[in-house]
Amino acid sequence: MSHPSVSRRNFLRVSMIAGGGMLVGFSALSNSETGENTEATPFSPNAYIKISPDGKISLMSPNPEIGQGVKTSLVMLIAEEMNVDWQTIDVEIAPLDAKYGSQTTGGSGAIRSRYAPLRQAGATAKAMLIAAAAETWGVAVTDCYAEKGFVIYKSSGKKLSYGELATKAAGMPVPTNVPLKDPKDFTIIGTRVKDVDAKAIVTGKPLFGIDTRKEGMLYAVVARPPAHGKKLQSFDDSAALKVNGVKKVVQVKNSVAVLATSTWAAMKGRTALKINWEDASKLESTTDHEKAFRELLSKPAATPNRNDGDVDAAMAAATKVLDVMYEVPVLSHAQMEPLNFYADVRDGKAELYGPTQVPQSLVSAVAKELNIPATNVSLGLPRQGGGFGRKLRPDNGVEAALVSQAAQCPVQVQWSREDDMQNDFYRPSGMFRFKAAFKDGNLEAWHQSFASLSNGRSPDTYPAGAVKNLKIESHSLPTNIPTGPWRAPTHNVQAFANESFMDEVAHELKKDPVAFRLELLKKAKEQPVGKLAYDPDKFISVIELVAKMCNWGKTPANTYRGFSTWFSFNSYVAQVVEIQMLKGKPRITKVYCAVHCGKVVNVSGAENQVQGAVVDGLGHAVYTKLTFNNGAAVQTNFGPYNFVRMRNTPLDVVVQFVPSEENPTGLGEPGLPPIAPALANALFAATGKRFRKMPFVDDIQFA
Amino acid sequence: MPKYTLSVNNKQMSVEVDADTPLLWVLRDQLNLVGTKYGCGVAQCGACTIHYNGSPVRSCQLPIAAVGNGKVVTIEGLSENGDHPVQQAWIEMDVAQCGYCQAGQIMAAAALLKKNSNPTDEEIDTTITNICRCGTNVRIRKAIHLAASKGGKS
Repeated sequence: MSHPSVSRRNFLRVSMIAGGGMLVGFSALSNSETGENTEATPFSPNAYIKISPDGKISLMSPNPEIGQGVKTSLVMLIAEEMNVDWQTIDVEIAPLDAKYGSQTTGGSGAIRSRYAPLRQAGATAKAMLIAAAAETWGVAVTDCYAEKGFVIYKSSGKKLSYGELATKAAGMPVPTNVPLKDPKDFTIIGTRVKDVDAKAIVTGKPLFGIDTRKEGMLYAVVARPPAHGKKLQSFDDSAALKVNGVKKVVQVKNSVAVLATSTWAAMKGRTALKINWEDASKLESTTDHEKAFRELLSKPAATPNRNDGDVDAAMAAATKVLDVMYEVPVLSHAQMEPLNFYADVRDGKAELYGPTQVPQSLVSAVAKELNIPATNVSLGLPRQGGGFGRKLRPDNGVEAALVSQAAQCPVQVQWSREDDMQNDFYRPSGMFRFKAAFKDGNLEAWHQSFASLSNGRSPDTYPAGAVKNLKIESHSLPTNIPTGPWRAPTHNVQAFANESFMDEVAHELKKDPVAFRLELLKKAKEQPVGKLAYDPDKFISVIELVAKMCNWGKTPANTYRGFSTWFSFNSYVAQVVEIQMLKGKPRITKVYCAVHCGKVVNVSGAENQVQGAVVDGLGHAVYTKLTFNNGAAVQTNFGPYNFVRMRNTPLDVVVQFVPSEENPTGLGEPGLPPIAPALANALFAATGKRFRKMPFVDDIQFA
Repeated sequence: MPKYTLSVNNKQMSVEVDADTPLLWVLRDQLNLVGTKYGCGVAQCGACTIHYNGSPVRSCQLPIAAVGNGKVVTIEGLSENGDHPVQQAWIEMDVAQCGYCQAGQIMAAAALLKKNSNPTDEEIDTTITNICRCGTNVRIRKAIHLAASKGGKS
């Protein structure tokens, strides 16, 4: 019993090779590689937990922190089952390592995928600590329990701290399938816990990739093609090399990197480059895209994505048909921390540190580009200044590695905001055509057709399943503008169009918008049409909760309301937006949100995510667009890329969660999709006009 | 390159940089005070907000040659122990999501409270023009009120 298990020794060996800097201290502390000298052995039953004999407890958050709160909430899962004192733990973001499984941050998936495994990790540690104490005291395991970092002997109350037990626990066999707590016994999960980095954030500590400073490092900026469709022809770096502080200029594929002793010097050096760019493919403009979308929408798609009943017959038999278009622009991710990456590529090895949502694929991509084994690439993960999907592409890390390789020195590649906006994988623009057929006061058919720069679509989203004749079609426009996921991809545009149009339909039927949704969902529940991809009861639960929260039907004086609801990432959200008209200009005053996302892990963090998603969604609906002229982004920085600020922010955003003990579902994204249509519907209530094109500020001035 | 001596967080510091170098990059790259953040470089986002002679200034637009003897305070020097009422209120309200813009937000809020110890929503909204991409704006407003209620101008 006192010998370290084989699996534990393997872990220590793995961590020494692949763990990089973060676990070196731990491995160096431990001599148990040899199985001897267990006096100072830290206890680390799995990759997430380290308890030193001096009592220091370090817990690892395996997924990158991009502002979604997982550095806090994932660790809460471990701490809950471990029965540690939350105030005494240290939290680290794990470096990339296979022992953490998939470390991707995206798709609102971190909590969903880690809920059981991380609790199991904590429960396993607790069981081993209790076993170590029982053996020390020569008593039965069942006579001991763990609480706030101590194991206590029930009958006498004597206790040993986790630190005191660490060395012994390290030698205990690792149990499997340790029972997890009954949720009613949770003391950490389901409470309000402040961000673990709060103090470091408010005091300006170097937490982010952009803060990386290493010996011998040069600062680099890169001149990339100024338009999508252009490529590098030739360049002259003689003037750039004369700029104070500029050390090197290197070509990397279609780009030219300037390396200097400071970011500013590198930026000045880049300005001094003389570069000839040549056209490699068509230089596209937003006006071309809009024209092409209209053409695509004038024809049926080759194959509908979903086709229930007979929409064409219902349209032909209708007494009235609504036929309208909705439009959404391209958006940049505009995460606050402009992209950057640190890379040191020398002697066939790459040491990387920087912001990414996809550590595994970044390392694979770097290994492939450098033609070295992935095992020669190490990656550390800082806290990240926002993600929103931008860093699901590994281009920032790959480029930095290539720059370092070409320059043969450690570099930090820093993107300017302009670089970021010109070289994004944008939220694709798109246009929707919606038709609804009415007869005898009923909705008979729903036909939606979507044309976009991407082929993203969700054919089974509500109201599919609730309408007997329903057709969904989509068209993809080939483009050389790079597109990619942007917070709640597809949902963020589809909810706007669907739920605004749903309000139009309810209005046409002279039905209350809330009552009409409930009526549809009742139909979906009782007589579903085709595949039903959502749970009508959960949908109904959030609609009823938000109606109760805002006292729906009793709108305050001088106030106009809009309602919307949406289902994404397995979570359900219903929202009510309130606006007031100040001298004819709308001011968003209050937002109510009801959310069903299963068990809420960190109430403060979850509420923050939903409040943030509301401000994010409102801001982009009202103010923000990115357009292209001959392949170049027209809006390349905040200002022209108009962004929500305090004066445009609702005075309050009230969030409530439907109580649930079910496993958690997504939350980083689901709060966003319904807010734009809720606002559009409130604007209709206030002005009698429909706002079918984002950003709304192009058609109405806000207060 | 010209040499400049400047007062940052009540310490005299010397740097050798080109005259047009924005204070932002001097702080970050020369003085290793990386709490002041780069977000746009065009005075739009406010992530680089510092106090210059007590007023909030976007350091990306302040060239080193113009700093002179002015007193520069960065987030690292806002308080001795990170316990300025605004910093405390930010922790209490659990404001941050990604946290990147918050140093600039805090510097802007601290400067506001120095001038106006009990601002209204309206005054907050017109004075704080920083961008938070995560949308923590609602909590920022509440945290400023909380700091004000605890005598936030210190």
